[in-house]
Amino acid sequence: MAAHLSSGRVNLTALREAGRRELREFLDKCAGSKAIVWDEYLTGPFGLIAQYSLLKEHEVEKMFTLKPGRLPQADVKNVIFFVRPKLELMDIITDNVLREDRGRSPQRDFHILFVPRRSLLCEQWLKEQGVLGSFIHREQYSLDLIPFDGDLLSMESESAFKECYLESDQTSLYHAAKGLMTLQALYGTIPQIFGKGECARHVANMMIRMKREFPGSQNSIFPVFDTLLLLDRNVDLLTPLATQLTYEGLIDEIYGIQNTYVKLPPEKFAPKKQGEGGKDLPTEPKKLQLNSAEELYAEIRDKNFNAVGSVLSKKAKIISAAFEERHHAKTVGEIKQFVSQLPHMQAARSSLANHTSIAELIKDITTSEDFFDNLTVEQEFMSGIDTDKVNNYIEDCIAQKHPLIKILRLVCLQSVCNSGLKQKVLDHYKREILQTYGYEHILTLNNLEKAGLLKPQTSGRNNYPTIRKTLRLWMDDVNEQNPNDISYVYSGYAPLSVRLAQLLARPGWRSIEEVLKMLPGPHFEERQQLPTGLQKKRQHGENRVTLVFFLGGVTYAEIAALRFLSQMEDGGTEYVIATTKLINGTSWIKSLMDKLEPAPF
Amino acid sequence: MSRARADEEEYWHSSKFRAFTFDDEDDELSQLKESKRAVNSLRDIVDDDDDDDDLERVSWSGEPVGSISWSIKETASSSTSSLEGRDSSLQKGSSSYAAFPKQVSSYSLSSLFKGELCLSLSALSDTGVKNYAPELRRPKAEYKDYSSDWSPKDTVRRMQRGKVCSLERFRSLQDKLVLLDEAVAAHDGNVITAVLIFLKRTLRREILFRELEVRQVALCHLIHFLKETGEQKLLLDLLRLCFFSLSLQLSQYREHLNIQDVEKRREFLKGCIGLPFSVEDTSHIQDHYTLLERQIIIETNDRHLETAGQSEIFRKYPRKASILNMPLVTTLFYSCFYHYTEAEGTFSSPTNLKKTFKIPDKQYVLTALAARAKLRAWDDVDALFTTKNWLGYTKKKAPIGFHRVVEILQRNNAPVQVSKE
Repeated sequence: MAAHLSSGRVNLTALREAGRRELREFLDKCAGSKAIVWDEYLTGPFGLIAQYSLLKEHEVEKMFTLKPGRLPQADVKNVIFFVRPKLELMDIITDNVLREDRGRSPQRDFHILFVPRRSLLCEQWLKEQGVLGSFIHREQYSLDLIPFDGDLLSMESESAFKECYLESDQTSLYHAAKGLMTLQALYGTIPQIFGKGECARHVANMMIRMKREFPGSQNSIFPVFDTLLLLDRNVDLLTPLATQLTYEGLIDEIYGIQNTYVKLPPEKFAPKKQGEGGKDLPTEPKKLQLNSAEELYAEIRDKNFNAVGSVLSKKAKIISAAFEERHHAKTVGEIKQFVSQLPHMQAARSSLANHTSIAELIKDITTSEDFFDNLTVEQEFMSGIDTDKVNNYIEDCIAQKHPLIKILRLVCLQSVCNSGLKQKVLDHYKREILQTYGYEHILTLNNLEKAGLLKPQTSGRNNYPTIRKTLRLWMDDVNEQNPNDISYVYSGYAPLSVRLAQLLARPGWRSIEEVLKMLPGPHFEERQQLPTGLQKKRQHGENRVTLVFFLGGVTYAEIAALRFLSQMEDGGTEYVIATTKLINGTSWIKSLMDKLEPAPF
Repeated sequence: MSRARADEEEYWHSSKFRAFTFDDEDDELSQLKESKRAVNSLRDIVDDDDDDDDLERVSWSGEPVGSISWSIKETASSSTSSLEGRDSSLQKGSSSYAAFPKQVSSYSLSSLFKGELCLSLSALSDTGVKNYAPELRRPKAEYKDYSSDWSPKDTVRRMQRGKVCSLERFRSLQDKLVLLDEAVAAHDGNVITAVLIFLKRTLRREILFRELEVRQVALCHLIHFLKETGEQKLLLDLLRLCFFSLSLQLSQYREHLNIQDVEKRREFLKGCIGLPFSVEDTSHIQDHYTLLERQIIIETNDRHLETAGQSEIFRKYPRKASILNMPLVTTLFYSCFYHYTEAEGTFSSPTNLKKTFKIPDKQYVLTALAARAKLRAWDDVDALFTTKNWLGYTKKKAPIGFHRVVEILQRNNAPVQVSKE
């Protein structure tokens, strides 16, 4: 199962191992049989660190989800709560504990594991409810950077962007710095740090300060990463708003990928039995895991969707041919060889079947008129056409009451591509939105303005065309089948953040000083001392390794673009990506919308 | 503070923030520490187990065998008390974001990280990482003697690193403010909140509020803290006294969503109008209030009409939902549907709505068209687009493209002739 983690240039299995070790230690502390009560939010991320089998080794016999009421019956000695330090969860735990039947024997011990940090507030709350003393072990499990794939790490901190940019709360930056310190402990000190943005500056400062607080504690690990690039999300607000056009990006946009799993409508995945009609279709959504351990997926995930079809059909031919081989096998030896390869071929065939179905589902959407109209408007904005007027398509969509998030994405995209909208245009959009979707959305619109996504034009000047031209963000001659530039991920638009990373490697940021000043936040460079024995001498032809950390979220399309740069022949750099959260435009805007549902009392 | 405990490691693990016990205030925090010490037992550093590579197997339902969500399903279902629907726990397993039920709204997501005092680097060294990453062992500095006169800057740094600090030494207002500024400069939310808790307890409210007016970051933290601990009264006082920031008016406005009763909500909105919003926002809030007021009137009238059973239209098309709290355009649609013919004077007539809320022509025509088309009132549809010019000739005119008109007509299965016209 670790295949997908060790496939990259940097073996991230070690990181997962460290996580597992910490978990094991805690479990062993609570001696005896155990039952774990899970905070649902954590089951996903934890699943990437440890599976049930590992927990079972440490005498975990039952697992439940956290809910109010009485704890389910279970004949175990210990009950452990795995929770985030949130007050409403403390209420549920209190309820569970108070309803525990004290008379029953044998008595169960309670423990609590806070992920990722303990909270004084929560412990005080428990104390006030009178249950704090019931917990024997109260610990924290620092789950900062979780390895998702061989070149991808994420903190899965949903609210990081909102906290940093709207609420001036930089605690998630602190966690990012902690995560980076853990990485450095395992993979060596990173000698060079580049960054752009306020939050990047804070993280770098924190890292340096943390390093200073351990004097003389250099580790002797040969540095794996050459460079760290910290990027604020608000340096590039444009990219997440546009619709992603890579295979993985589209899956995320349409169905949503959570912790490498996706849930799909089951109709196309019903197993077709020979001779039977397709009755009894499964009603539960089909759940698939998507990571690079699956060969076919690793091949097509980062391609532009229009190039996926040909790969799938080629693969189909290869697999059919392979299966046909059995007719040609003459000797026992050949048959034996065929049989030994059979499991691999069957896996390949089912993988192909799955992805063909997924591709069909996606194609239904991408060939729809609405998708096409939406994409056209997006591309007009990104190439700088008519960004200063009220757009007819957007108005029509509002009038037809399309989903609000779709409208917000388009309107914000126009605003970002125009460096802010003219007051009249902005007021017009705002009024239409509030009248159609309700006045309570003033709160969301205000959040968007604060984040810089939908705001009035302040300086009277539009910087975007300059940025676009200097950084070559819009490429007309994009080749989707055999791309030669990162702009293929949006069929014409090169993600600004990835362009910055590309230019940093070669020729360096000095060449784009002017443009960098137009983007928000400071840019900087720091160096960390390495002990003399560890100075790296690069072999000829060996690539540098750069860790790119997106503070505030990253999209799959950007990841695809960075992977494209990694495998470019004369690129010279390989990239590993870390982020606070994997996002797409919809989930991102949603996180900025206020909780508009009133309390369900 | 007693250091009688020989367990040094245990001491450094305990909660870092507590007040000076000599003052004998009923400080919950020091009690917390005591009880925690009593409860914590010695940690054992356990040797690593060998890891084994688990093969990924997938059960027939697509759930990977051995995954946590699968195991929850399997083990929980075998227990005697049934969880409601094996489906729910199965589905909710990994789709945490979409499926996580929105719980009590008074606590914000930010409480995940805010208001907590982390044990910071001390936690890292407890794991096996210590064995091969010696730099993560606690620095010698931590074993230095506890001294009681740290400067504000040092105090903040110590708190950041998870060490015990008594803030009681900062008695004068000046000292306290310097401490707060240092905490803000350190950018650590936990430290800021800890300092704020101390200030809240030891400063007079007016002084605290006055000082926070010019320290917006600290103010934000205090607001969040008060929200989380549910101190509504103090929170509202704070909001009332500090009106320099737009977000405060809006958080007041946001409260309206918690008010279920319509009349109370109307009153609340009326109160919001007086707050210093920006010009556009003020007009929006005003509109919101006016709309809700109208909706209440329309709702009571219509409900009356419906139950009386006299009105034909209500009999033919009974209302599926109340009009309260609906957006403006929906309200317009409703009024075009049920009250199209009414004169401008009444509250429920569409023309009145158009005038009061200055609904643009385009929007009005579209909505009216949709409503009348649904009722198959083709004459009305016709009348929408027909204008008489001064010569008495009628002309067809529409502020929206006719292709849209045809589209809407088609959707409502208009007879072909009407579309032709």
